[in-house]
Amino acid sequence: MTPLPGIGTRQDFVSRGGRRIGVVTTRDGKVELIVSKQDDPDSCVASIPLTIEESATLATLLGAPQLVSRLEEQTGITTRQLPLAPGSPYDGRTLGDTALRTRTAVSVVAVVRGGTVHPSPRPDFEFVAGDMLVTVGTTEGLNRAATVLESG
Amino acid sequence: MHTTAISLIELGAVFFGLGVLGRLAWRIGISPIPLYLLGGLAFGSGGLLPLQGIDEFAHLASEIGVVLLLLLLGLEYSAEELFTGLRRSWTAGLVDIVLNAAPGVAVALILGWGPIGALTMAGVTYISSSGIIAKVLGDLGRLGNRETPVILSILVFEDLAMAVYLPILTALLAGASFVGGLTAVGVSLVVITIVLLIALKFGKYVSMVVDSPEPEVFLLRVLGAALLVAGLAAQLQVSAAVGAFLLGIAISGSTAENATKLLEPLRDLFAAMFFVVFGLNTDPSTIPPVLGYAVALALVTTITKLATGWWAARRQGIARMGQARAGAALVARGEFSIVIAGLAVAANAVDSQLAALATAYVLLMAIIGPLAARLVEPVARVLQRTVRPAAAE
Repeated sequence: MTPLPGIGTRQDFVSRGGRRIGVVTTRDGKVELIVSKQDDPDSCVASIPLTIEESATLATLLGAPQLVSRLEEQTGITTRQLPLAPGSPYDGRTLGDTALRTRTAVSVVAVVRGGTVHPSPRPDFEFVAGDMLVTVGTTEGLNRAATVLESG
Repeated sequence: MHTTAISLIELGAVFFGLGVLGRLAWRIGISPIPLYLLGGLAFGSGGLLPLQGIDEFAHLASEIGVVLLLLLLGLEYSAEELFTGLRRSWTAGLVDIVLNAAPGVAVALILGWGPIGALTMAGVTYISSSGIIAKVLGDLGRLGNRETPVILSILVFEDLAMAVYLPILTALLAGASFVGGLTAVGVSLVVITIVLLIALKFGKYVSMVVDSPEPEVFLLRVLGAALLVAGLAAQLQVSAAVGAFLLGIAISGSTAENATKLLEPLRDLFAAMFFVVFGLNTDPSTIPPVLGYAVALALVTTITKLATGWWAARRQGIARMGQARAGAALVARGEFSIVIAGLAVAANAVDSQLAALATAYVLLMAIIGPLAARLVEPVARVLQRTVRPAAAE
């Protein structure tokens, strides 16, 4: 935190790309989002005043993915993308046939096929080789699920 | 009744006129202070339209303006900020003093104004306008810049320097001898140390005296306390302004922030009056003889402030463009230069031309300052472009 005497404070960090991103909070509680210039990291390309609601919205947008990783830390639950490789015994069979949920306690929350996402697949959802399964479960559960998808 | 009506009309016309001038000033990106001064010059003796009937009120209002200007200067930084500012930026602060007071001293000595004139002019050319600078930094979206804390810490140091300088100046203006002057130096150092310690250790008690959850009660108490302290200080031959300034430093924490918020509009009102009255009391015909000096002083002290900011920013590892921005931001002089000149003129201890020189100087610097801050980036970029190909050849 950098004090700005007579004005407020500045809190910022340097991103991996060398951009300085941060927040200036004035004494009277106003908040400005700052982003540094690419060629001159000392100065700001933008200094955007935000209302309390707007900063809350921005925080949610940026913070939501973090919730998942925090969930993992606190509960041991994690997400992983498992491929359905060509030659898998489940190529051409349904989600119900894998009985993943009963055997490994892993849930399939979505299937990505050819760039489109099929959210919440039903038990009769038919797999095709090359599908990517977005799964949620414990680490061992996910490991077992990967084996099941590979070799049945 | 008739005279009251006339006075109200005159006063209303003055305020409305100042409002129009102020709007115009921010439109074209400069501080309104030079326009207020010009307004005063136009109304005053030898000007276009001499004002009568409200001069008593105008005089008192301008005194209140000075008190409020310095009270808010004191309120601007907390005691902690002043201490950390002193620790971190004293070298930059000293460079600032040496580079920027010297031109004022030199001109005063050349014009034969003696040591007191030199001390006054040292203050006039040294002190940057924290009001103009804060406004410009905010307008240009530079609050998040890396060089901004450097700029602000120099302003904090200048604030502290004023705390020492003003009591000394007022003591010498009041006709103290050299020994008396040294005593004043000692006394003022002790007083400012005590005030800072009070602010740091017992600031909440000082704040408690004036604080109130009711905005109007709070306003009345702060204003009352400021005028009381200022009046007492004036009685004790320390200027009213100094008293108000020290009170401002002693009030701390959230009380200071709230007081700033409440008093800002009042300060703007009375300070505008102060600039007008200063302009009123300056005879426009005295300006042309010193105009050459004012222009020279403006050029030199623009360069010295640029150098100060450049040096201070470079020490903090800020790149070349940031160094240029820091220097240019510091150029503006304004309200406090006029306050210092006003103190000297009011005490009748300096050459009458000093008011004219200070007016002309601030007219220039309050315009050059914001323009410099705005133009520094394009100018520096053009310079870089012309220098780089030359270096490549």
